[in-house]
Amino acid sequence: METLMECRQLSKHYGNKIALDHINLTIERGRIIGLLGPNGSGKTTLIKLINGILTPTSGCLYINGQIPGVETKKAVSYLPERTYFNSWMKVTDILHFFSDFYVDFDSRRALEMLHRLNINESDRLRTMSKGTKEKVQLIMVMSRDADLYCLDEPIGGVDPAARDYILQTIITNYRENATVLISTHLISDIENVLDDAIFIQGGRIMLTGSVDDIRMREGKSVDALFREVFRC
Amino acid sequence: MAWVLDDSRPIYLQLANKIQSDIISGVYRPGDKLPSVRDLAMDAAVNPNTMQKALIELERSGLIYTQRTSGRFISEDAQKVTIMKENLAKEQIRLFLSNMQQLGFENQEILHFMEETLKEERRWKH
Repeated sequence: METLMECRQLSKHYGNKIALDHINLTIERGRIIGLLGPNGSGKTTLIKLINGILTPTSGCLYINGQIPGVETKKAVSYLPERTYFNSWMKVTDILHFFSDFYVDFDSRRALEMLHRLNINESDRLRTMSKGTKEKVQLIMVMSRDADLYCLDEPIGGVDPAARDYILQTIITNYRENATVLISTHLISDIENVLDDAIFIQGGRIMLTGSVDDIRMREGKSVDALFREVFRC
Repeated sequence: MAWVLDDSRPIYLQLANKIQSDIISGVYRPGDKLPSVRDLAMDAAVNPNTMQKALIELERSGLIYTQRTSGRFISEDAQKVTIMKENLAKEQIRLFLSNMQQLGFENQEILHFMEETLKEERRWKH
């Protein structure tokens, strides 16, 4: 299988706090991957490094063989933990924003998904519920034809029905040459849509493997294993 | 509606079992075309790669086959389905028997209970 992203001895320190500690990791194309770990384990730091928002303290990270920068941002679609849209923006503003910034943005796909959810294009973000805002943002991110989708906690703040919709969106938009990396600690909700799981704790990779291999080997779900490994 | 999956076994095996029981119970008939991997995955709310793996498993058992360009079909071998159905029935009966034996019933008693229960059911239906 073709390598999409690679980390070699990747470390990130914040002052004297170590957020990522010599991580070696390879991500291939065509997978839906769960980046699973408790709070403060380094999930968001890793995702920010992938997106070039942070720079490594040491070691390196390559996407399609390149160091994160302008070129790799064309290939990576990023859903941050917090929204970066201004609340005065209308959905149409955001659509223009994305069309402007990303060549691979498919506004027809975005409109289709918005309509299916009865989201009005002329509505302002300010008037929307938290869940609707998250859906708008996810739709924008998934409407790009990217190689790698990085979703940082996409299901944290939404109700179970919206959660199902988000997972459905991820499955529907699945393509063989693209990979979706989803960071979360809500494993049981997403376990069935994952190919692979990466367990991360204290800035180190504890375990990587396919979900079904883990279930076969451990005789329990990835969620159950997670609760065991990360027991407080 | 997502399919009901349990926590302990690999997901692809559970998907294969579900489709197998749909074939046996006649939801799919011999020669029917199966929905696409993507549609099945959507329906089950699982990863398309996992669904693919389940279908490959079913192909291996001969219950479904792939036609290069037009998709996947249920085996037209009705006998294969019958045999599988009978095997499944035997499996269920063995499970039932071992549960009853664990409760301390002799085979003769189990048979007797079975007949009594069937009689009662018949009475209810009339």
